[in-house]
Amino acid sequence: MSGDAAPPPQSFDPAAFIERLGGRTHNAFIGMRHVAHGADWAELAFDHDPKLVGDPASGILASGPIISLMDMTSGLSIWLASARYEPIVTIDLRLDYLRPARPGRGVHARAQCYRLTRSVAFVRGQAHDGEPERPIAHAAGTFMFSGPAG
Amino acid sequence: MPPYGEALGIEAGRDADGRLVLTLPFGEHVRGRPGFLHGGAIAGLLEIAAFATLREALGEERDVAIKPITVTADFMRGGHERPTFAAATVTRLGRRIANVEGFAWQEDEARPIAAARLNMLLERR
Repeated sequence: MSGDAAPPPQSFDPAAFIERLGGRTHNAFIGMRHVAHGADWAELAFDHDPKLVGDPASGILASGPIISLMDMTSGLSIWLASARYEPIVTIDLRLDYLRPARPGRGVHARAQCYRLTRSVAFVRGQAHDGEPERPIAHAAGTFMFSGPAG
Repeated sequence: MPPYGEALGIEAGRDADGRLVLTLPFGEHVRGRPGFLHGGAIAGLLEIAAFATLREALGEERDVAIKPITVTADFMRGGHERPTFAAATVTRLGRRIANVEGFAWQEDEARPIAAARLNMLLERR
């Protein structure tokens, strides 16, 4: 209809991106999948897998897979916020563990890119093991656009 | 070695000074963007190095649960398709909190690809 705003350009599709990445990568190793996304946020998850356990006595997950998940989710939120795919590198990523993930549970991570500058993107996020209102971790990360030369 | 470390293929060894050094072999299970190691896999290696080094520092004291409170990873250089090494130092071992710092490198330890600081809660049972 004339006068109506055009739908926002969908120049970056995180679901397709994760699908394409699939295959033979660390993301596939931890079983990463797309859950949802918005204008400046994304949510990814992995299901419980015994090989991701860090402490066999308690069955508690290692933090490595949660960091991997949060890193990828952060990247997607940046490409969504900037509405384009441009190579980025992680400068730093901090996770605060509020409680351990319950044994046998998978993990969801949601990240939001809340500030974009020409060279740096700022991201915050949360991870949970089934109940978003009881997060297992808070995350804060900074990323740099590395440009075509890397 | 925890199941996650086994699954990544991490092996523990010692350098000439007897220091604990972990090795992560390259494989598609740790690949990130084409030609590079996934940052999350490097962080996973650093976490395991930190835990193992802290366990060693606790020595005979086996009845202590170690729980990470904060983990901060700094990425300095891209990791390439080759083995990655990691070692950690216990900066402070207190009664309730331990501060541990780790570095990961590939060809030259003086050129780290990543570092991590882990603050751990110690629960003595």
